Amino acid sequence: MDTDLIIPARYLTTSDPNILDGHCMEDADPDFVSKMQKGDIIVAGKNFGCGSSREHAPISIKAAGISCVIAKSFARIFYRNSFNMGLPIFESPELWDRVSDGDSLVVDGDEEWVKTLKDGKTYSFKKLHPFMRQLMDDGGLMAHIAKGRAK
Amino acid sequence: MGMTITEKILCRHTGLKEVHPGMLINARVDIALGNDITAPIAIAEFRKAGGTRVFDRDKVVLVPDHFAPNKDIASAEQCKVMREFALEQEITHYYEVGTAGIEHALLPEQGVVLPGDLVIGADSHSCTYGALGAFGAGVGSTDLAAAFMTGEQWMLVPETMKFVLHGKMKKWVSGKDIILYIIGKIGVDGALYRAMEFTGKTVQDLTMADRFTIANMVIEAGAKNGIFIPDRVTEEYVRTRAKRKYELLDSDPDAAYHSVVDIDVSLIEPQVAFPPLPSNSRGISQVSDIRIDQSVIGSCTNGRIEDLRIAAEILKGRKVAPHTRLIIIPATQEIFKTALKEGLVEIFLEANAVVSTPTCGPCLGGYMGILADGEKTVATTNRNFVGRMGHRNSEIYLVSPAIAAASAVMGRIGSPDEL
Repeated sequence: MDTDLIIPARYLTTSDPNILDGHCMEDADPDFVSKMQKGDIIVAGKNFGCGSSREHAPISIKAAGISCVIAKSFARIFYRNSFNMGLPIFESPELWDRVSDGDSLVVDGDEEWVKTLKDGKTYSFKKLHPFMRQLMDDGGLMAHIAKGRAK
Repeated sequence: MGMTITEKILCRHTGLKEVHPGMLINARVDIALGNDITAPIAIAEFRKAGGTRVFDRDKVVLVPDHFAPNKDIASAEQCKVMREFALEQEITHYYEVGTAGIEHALLPEQGVVLPGDLVIGADSHSCTYGALGAFGAGVGSTDLAAAFMTGEQWMLVPETMKFVLHGKMKKWVSGKDIILYIIGKIGVDGALYRAMEFTGKTVQDLTMADRFTIANMVIEAGAKNGIFIPDRVTEEYVRTRAKRKYELLDSDPDAAYHSVVDIDVSLIEPQVAFPPLPSNSRGISQVSDIRIDQSVIGSCTNGRIEDLRIAAEILKGRKVAPHTRLIIIPATQEIFKTALKEGLVEIFLEANAVVSTPTCGPCLGGYMGILADGEKTVATTNRNFVGRMGHRNSEIYLVSPAIAAASAVMGRIGSPDEL
């Protein structure tokens, strides 16, 4: 799932979340935005967010109302972007192979696990680096820097 | 324990005696780069966080190249945001259209990035600078905003994969074919989070243009950076361009590597990466008859003067196939001028090609060669993802300038040897 699919370049003439949200995942599934509901979770396979460094990709996902993304692995720029701008993302090697569209999940971002309600199974996320945890808890990189400066 | 060149550069930009893979460091940056797509978000974040002056006006580089010259009103507004910020902050390295070009071709050409530098760029192809023996990595806009404020960047020290290139390159084989072959071998996440270091006997035969192309595309294997050990070829390139000191570093003999991959370059033929992934590469002899609507020669991957010379050699005295459009985009204003002086532009125009002013343009589906439903293009660019260059049902085949030029003449994907 590359960033061109998440938000095509034809929409990069703006960085307004209120415009980008309507085009989230458009080239992967043109009906994505109309099918999803606020709070939904994206579950994905390997290398999610590969390609362009465009922060418009996590911006559009967050603005569309997705609560978090859980993938087998993330491309590195998308990974930093998400922590930097405050989109919660987690790595789970198993989840992608255990769920299908429409399944209900419970996520505990603090304890770093996800539960599939259909069978009650719990999967631990790959442990976050303490610095990534800090970024997530501080609400992104700029807030983290501001906090550091205030000390 | 010794360090790789990547580890050494990162280490020299911290106060530490040594660094090793997996360490989280705060590194000082020599260059913080943004473009007309990514800088506006960084500027907004910088202001929102109370930023007033960038950390060093000589170390922030801003280049309008993606949708510049402005493709529409919205792009014009984004370029304006960046231009006004550059003026306000008295940014030394702001390049206006007419003096500019595609960032990753422009900065080395202008001597802005030098060996030993640590470069972060809010553009994924910022890994290109590794060709100079510098550390270059793509980051996001918020990262760039943080660098504007602090002059520093958080990063994890990557493990390094060593690629040992040996053997003689076949005719028409270039840096593009080597990197497409390698990505085909290891996959689009084959080097995820890692450094790719290119060494071996063949490296000395690679021009700087070849090295830039190879380092440019390491991101397509998921890598953080790609890097070459600087040698005589590097020194010759930077000697006349550098306006400040630089450092030529090497990996220690006892440095630790994640893995070592042996690449016999003599086995590589010109490559074609089929849609929708750069890793879908195969030799040109394995490509059946694929009719093309368009051919694009340009981008930060392959818009350098060496690329245009190869295209001109093939196009001289020939015409583009009637059903095919050939779009040639010199990567910088200097390259454009050189191409004019050398008569390359005339050859292109006589062949019925379109020659554009420097811009990223069609590579990311901006403008200047967008594809319609069902259309197919060969392109010397770096990504062939679904919808990358236009309609989601269009197809991109990634190739070298030689294959792009020959294919334009034949109107189908093919080798110059078939002409």
